[in-house]
Amino acid sequence: MNESKYLIKGATLPSGESADIAIADGTFIEVGKAGSLDAAGSTVIEATGLQALPGLVDLHTHLREPGREDAETVYTGSQAAAKGGFTAVHAMANTDPVADTAGVVEQVWRLGREAGWCEVRPVGAVTRGLEGEHMAELGAMAESAAGVTMFSDDGKCVSDAVLMRRALEYVKAFGGVIAQHAQEPRLTENAQMNESPLSGQLGLTGWPAVAEEAIIARDVLLTQHVNSRLHVCHVSTAGSVEVVRWAKSKGINVTAEVTPHHLLLTDELAATYNPVYKVNPPLRSREDVEALRAGLADGTIDAIATDHAPHPTEDKECEWDAAAFGMLGLETALSVAIHTMIETGLLDWQGVADRMSHAPANIGRVYGQGQPIATGNAANLTLVDAATKWTVVPRDLASMSTNTPYKAMELPGTIQATFYQGVPTVLDAQLAQQKRSEA
Amino acid sequence: MKHLLSASDLNYNSAIRVLDTARELSLVTDRPVKKLPTLRGRTVVNLFFEDSTRTRISFEAAAKRLSADVINFSAKGSSLSKGESLKDTALTLQAMGADAVVIRHGSSGAPHRLASAGWIDGSIINAGDGTHEHPTQALLDAYTLRDHLNGGVGDLAGKRIVIVGDVLHSRVARSNVILLATLGAQVTVVAPPTLVPVGIETWPCKVSYDLDAELDGADAVMMLRVQGERMIHSYFPTTREYSRRYGLNRQRFERISESGIVMHPGPMNRGMEITADVADAERSVIVDQVTNGVTVRMAVLYLLLGGFPDDSVDSAVESDQ
Repeated sequence: MNESKYLIKGATLPSGESADIAIADGTFIEVGKAGSLDAAGSTVIEATGLQALPGLVDLHTHLREPGREDAETVYTGSQAAAKGGFTAVHAMANTDPVADTAGVVEQVWRLGREAGWCEVRPVGAVTRGLEGEHMAELGAMAESAAGVTMFSDDGKCVSDAVLMRRALEYVKAFGGVIAQHAQEPRLTENAQMNESPLSGQLGLTGWPAVAEEAIIARDVLLTQHVNSRLHVCHVSTAGSVEVVRWAKSKGINVTAEVTPHHLLLTDELAATYNPVYKVNPPLRSREDVEALRAGLADGTIDAIATDHAPHPTEDKECEWDAAAFGMLGLETALSVAIHTMIETGLLDWQGVADRMSHAPANIGRVYGQGQPIATGNAANLTLVDAATKWTVVPRDLASMSTNTPYKAMELPGTIQATFYQGVPTVLDAQLAQQKRSEA
Repeated sequence: MKHLLSASDLNYNSAIRVLDTARELSLVTDRPVKKLPTLRGRTVVNLFFEDSTRTRISFEAAAKRLSADVINFSAKGSSLSKGESLKDTALTLQAMGADAVVIRHGSSGAPHRLASAGWIDGSIINAGDGTHEHPTQALLDAYTLRDHLNGGVGDLAGKRIVIVGDVLHSRVARSNVILLATLGAQVTVVAPPTLVPVGIETWPCKVSYDLDAELDGADAVMMLRVQGERMIHSYFPTTREYSRRYGLNRQRFERISESGIVMHPGPMNRGMEITADVADAERSVIVDQVTNGVTVRMAVLYLLLGGFPDDSVDSAVESDQ
């Protein structure tokens, strides 16, 4: 059993204390003061100066399998997750076939277990085929082996108010949550970028902030009315932050996520007409970025979620309006969080641990994840060297696709190691050779 | 200056340079043999993803009068309609050794992509992209305005020009506002509020919703094409109401300056944005615009392929020198 015993020496915990962390049998068997634990019989990982975080949990990942295995698979996507420090991801339902039945969610869940790089939690579609007309069999997905708790038509909005109300009501039977992609469809027909003076100048159809804010406002009121639970995907505007803040002040059971790219990048990048910057919701203004950072800092926004959206080269190497929406995010998320939240002083490491692990694990009801690095808890952990910078090279990423908006950008923080249930998936900043074998 | 993608690629000096060059080249058009040897051995490709006979033949005539070899590449269907990708088309043209590519495309920014993606080395000339820009149309309009209002020389300082119609969807309006302002004109844009782009307050023009308030003493009125289908999407209630509020009829025409002119980039919807009697009036210069299109495009090809002098290179545009 010696191979599966690890002693991480001298890592810095989110609280700022230095600690030795002993791992065996999938748990933290002991977490003690730095230098206090005996290394005998363990593989030692020298971690002085490295920041330890509980394994990161992503609420919003597109793994593309089944259907678009040319962009990503559960295997490659969960490798990318491990390299980014994640130990759990939520696989969005907009696959082909759509994850709207127990069969499909179980397939994705099983592929995740077989791959073994992290926990893959399928998200079930709210409506059949994401068509926004008939509710999918949410109960069957909840009771399947995949144990789905989060339901979303992400990529499309559940725009029908009655259907949204019914879905919010229905999931109360099994403690589910509706994760809404807030986008009023009529206000965003053929929308290409943030509606702003720049969209007018570039001749690209605008995606106005109100199309997001109006749906969030409606949904928090519906959630209050039927006393259910709502999660808002990829909040992108200052107005949305205000609406969520108001809803929380009224005690409405709503949570929200923001993507790394909306914390860093702005709509001015559209002036390049390079579709690598085309994403939905679109990149917004500098003022929106500031409001999102402030909302994440004060807890109005609960979590950072990547919206990792791989696309094959040909879907981005074309005219802007012909290109697919979406950008990679798993392998750069923590670096962007360090850059936008830690280096600005908006969050400390405790805060990052909360927004990228504790809070998303709680929202997704991911048991055994998002817990503090403490004796007896499941050994899900990432070690990051926050002092080093790295330059993003698309081809070096573990993802099968290369559509990262951070190409050639220098970002802080390299993931040195990731442990998923006590087994290293990343060691020495490389994917671990020894794959996890799991029954 | 290597490419012409936007009217904002032209600063005051380079815009004047194009217009002056066009004026010199217009003399060629008056000769019995309308041909100069300037671009002999160079290849100009007309890459048209949208049908536009008038713009294509204008560029074709311009290139041929400069003795260039012209290839017309009518690319039916773009990536949007699952035709050949823009990249593969560009690589094909690169392999053919195109020195300049004149591109008309339904997607805003397609010429920009062609110029910046590294697929092709030649000069890229935007002949209209989506709802973005149409810089050579603005140049020919500026040339026509200068010809009629300023004796064909200098700039448009102080001239009052009213642009009327579907500004939101008009690449002609975008390029004209930029270029005419660069040349010193006072530009007013008139449209129903539904057809005014978000952020127009940042454009170098005045905005009005009331055509009647803007016509007195105007030096030129430029009417934009308005598609009747727009009313299906509630931009305006009926074509009749549009005509009543924003159409140029005889009564309105008589209120502009006595030497004022009427322009239209074509194709016109007679009876919609302009009445037939105004379109055919003496001070309607719509046919001149077509003629001037050829000489202005000759000037653009000549300057881009022959090299702009350094003092007129706009810093926003990458130079190949």
